[in-house]
Amino acid sequence: MLSNTKKLTVKKDFFLNKELLMKLAPLISLVLLMIFFSIGTPYFLNLSNLLTVALQTAVIGIMAIGVTYVIITAGIDLSLGSVMAFSGVAVGLAASIGLPLWLCVLAGALAGFLCGCLSGFLVTRAAIPPFIATLGLMMSVRGINLVLTDGRALYFQDYPTFRVIAQGRLFDLIPYPVIYFAVIALISAYILKRTVIGRYIYAVGSSEDAAHLSGIKVNQVKMFVYSFCGLLTGVAGVILTSRLNSGQPTVGVGYELEAIAAVIIGGTSLMGGIGTIGGTIIGALIMGILKNGLNLMGVSQFWQMVAMGIVVVAAVYLDTLRKKMK
Amino acid sequence: MGNFMDTTILKMDNITKRFPGVLALDNVSFNLRRGEVHALLGENGAGKSTLMKVLSGVHIPNDGQISFEGQLVKLTSPISAQEKGIAIIHQEFNLFPELSVAENIFIGREFRGSNQWLLDDVSQADAAQALLDKLNLKISPHTLVEKLTVAQQQMVEIAKALSVNAKILIMDEPTAALTESEIKSLFKVTNMLKSQGVGIVYISHRLEELVQIADRATVMRDGCFIGTVDYAATTIDELIAMMVGRNLGDIFPKRGNKPSKEIVLDVKNLNRKGVLHDINFNLRRGEILGFSGLMGAGRTEVARALFGADSIDSGEISLFGKPVTITNVHKAIELGIGYLTEDRKKEGLALGLSVNVNTMLSSYKQFSNKFGIIDEQACFNTSNDLKEKLKIKTPDLDQLAGNLSGGNQQKIIIAKWICKNTEILIFDEPTRGIDVGAKLEIYELINKLTEQGKSIIVISSELPEILGMCDRILVMRGGRITGELESERATQENIMKYATLEG
Repeated sequence: MLSNTKKLTVKKDFFLNKELLMKLAPLISLVLLMIFFSIGTPYFLNLSNLLTVALQTAVIGIMAIGVTYVIITAGIDLSLGSVMAFSGVAVGLAASIGLPLWLCVLAGALAGFLCGCLSGFLVTRAAIPPFIATLGLMMSVRGINLVLTDGRALYFQDYPTFRVIAQGRLFDLIPYPVIYFAVIALISAYILKRTVIGRYIYAVGSSEDAAHLSGIKVNQVKMFVYSFCGLLTGVAGVILTSRLNSGQPTVGVGYELEAIAAVIIGGTSLMGGIGTIGGTIIGALIMGILKNGLNLMGVSQFWQMVAMGIVVVAAVYLDTLRKKMK
Repeated sequence: MGNFMDTTILKMDNITKRFPGVLALDNVSFNLRRGEVHALLGENGAGKSTLMKVLSGVHIPNDGQISFEGQLVKLTSPISAQEKGIAIIHQEFNLFPELSVAENIFIGREFRGSNQWLLDDVSQADAAQALLDKLNLKISPHTLVEKLTVAQQQMVEIAKALSVNAKILIMDEPTAALTESEIKSLFKVTNMLKSQGVGIVYISHRLEELVQIADRATVMRDGCFIGTVDYAATTIDELIAMMVGRNLGDIFPKRGNKPSKEIVLDVKNLNRKGVLHDINFNLRRGEILGFSGLMGAGRTEVARALFGADSIDSGEISLFGKPVTITNVHKAIELGIGYLTEDRKKEGLALGLSVNVNTMLSSYKQFSNKFGIIDEQACFNTSNDLKEKLKIKTPDLDQLAGNLSGGNQQKIIIAKWICKNTEILIFDEPTRGIDVGAKLEIYELINKLTEQGKSIIVISSELPEILGMCDRILVMRGGRITGELESERATQENIMKYATLEG
């Protein structure tokens, strides 16, 4: 009898822990994944490999941060992949007319920003559902990339320093893109958590009606998130272009879905109102480590895709379980 | 017609229904004969809808029995009620706008061809046509429902009821959205159904129009059965007296202050096509001004127009003596107007965000520096202070607004406007869905606001609330202000008169 009661309380404690456990599920999964690969392959756990993972995650991660803002307002952006390629094309075109390097870089970021503004405009002024507006943009922008370049890549022979942007390393150790990723993550998290616009982003996603009737200019908030997401996509595009040392009109197909998957794995709700930048970064790292680890273990590309899909669905399933437990 | 009159088709005896914390139906009895139109009367919240939900199987009563055609029955689900032949036409229709009339009538019971997998649209349309002919309705069964007028949609609902051979038809405010001529043809159909022996329960507030159609009336009040009377032998005044009959309890706290002479809001000739007609009124500092009337009379629309949520076609608004144009919600808030919506959960609060955030939601601009960085400490202090002052019951400020009770949610919204230092507050159904104890607290809060010089507009469907709180009462009907009463002169009877009678 006595042992029975004891068992019961133990079970209850375990249950309470379980709720906490689920809340931290993304972080715990990340750690478990790292432990798994550390045991599974001798090449995983060392500084240079981990820095490689961070480098590979940076581009998707920066876009994922941008689209986190959009998703928290209960929107979506499917145009990221095309827009990042557009940004690379813009850098290439700027270079081909001989603009100074800093202007080329600016052109890349600006290209992304303008695409974001266009999405925002379509979603707010034209009241087109975000899924449709950005799907249209995804297709059209891809086409424009090909039109502008005739389908060929643009190279940067005259700009030997351009590759340093993505290929350089701080103290010959930390790749620059990892630093950009970290800085952008910090700034974005700060904006989201500490500023008025950040608070409005949550309010719009949680209840657009309540936000409107509280005097929040909902359209301005939406305009901000789409253009911000576009800007970060532009930045990601510049980094990728520098890594490839060429502006590729066809690059980035499917990147938008990887970025969205990272956001979802990180616990952001597609229904809006819930989500953090920290979660998104963990989500992006989980995907990066999974790819890297499976590669090192010699798992084929094809099975890697299967694994990614399972992770996304499992992450959302865990989240549903957590909500049910409440 | 008379040959049905003696056969009782339905007897509901001593029905009691409890919801958590509320006794919605207290020993209510109701009976219905074949071929009669039986009016069900009472104020909003009297329990009419709950009683009809028991009859249509939506709610299962805690106590009491129902006999249908002389046999005891248990109505445990809407389907079991439908199978008995009990059909209900809700105020909000249950139609699919993108489907055709025929598809709507036979939804869930589609005609099948010889092959069970295929639909037989032809015979279904024929069957629908036969029903429409019976109702003398000149529309094609292929018309999409979204193309129909409200009156025609209602006829489709009636056709749907006929198609299942309904023996009892419940109509909830059927004439609320109809024109005079549409009402006439509705009554024609109603009389036809009567002559076929269908028992009709008719919920309406329009006492004068019931004279044309009702045989008997049952009056309910506060979830109790008050009486069943012969309609023709009873005057409208007697019916109103039965409906309101109660003395106002002492739940309305006394106010210390009188409104000042200063006019803070002056509205002249406000019009919104088809919705508001020549709205004129003013509001004084420290005053509580009530808007009474039935649902759909245009009260919420006045509030939304003042708050910039709906545009107006013409009219002048002056605030604190200065003419203003209010083009959007943001502007209205900056001018010092706050609106507390009827639908708190959908429009009033961001339920997934914390008490703290909801309290500060309109005021973040004042609580941040020029870079837009929020002063969290100041926010916390302010909302904590308001939480204490308004006695918002929450474990902490990080609690999600959605986890709090209705009364506490309403307090958060009040806190939001106090925080914004709003001068004019418009309360739309301030205590709907709030239990009695919390109601009292809300009334006290509103009184306190007027003592601090705020001016209040209260829209309420609960007459005792309007009478108990307000200094002055405006009554609306059909988008117009039909009466203005000082609270000393106002009674439930004369408010109901302005709200229901023509002219």
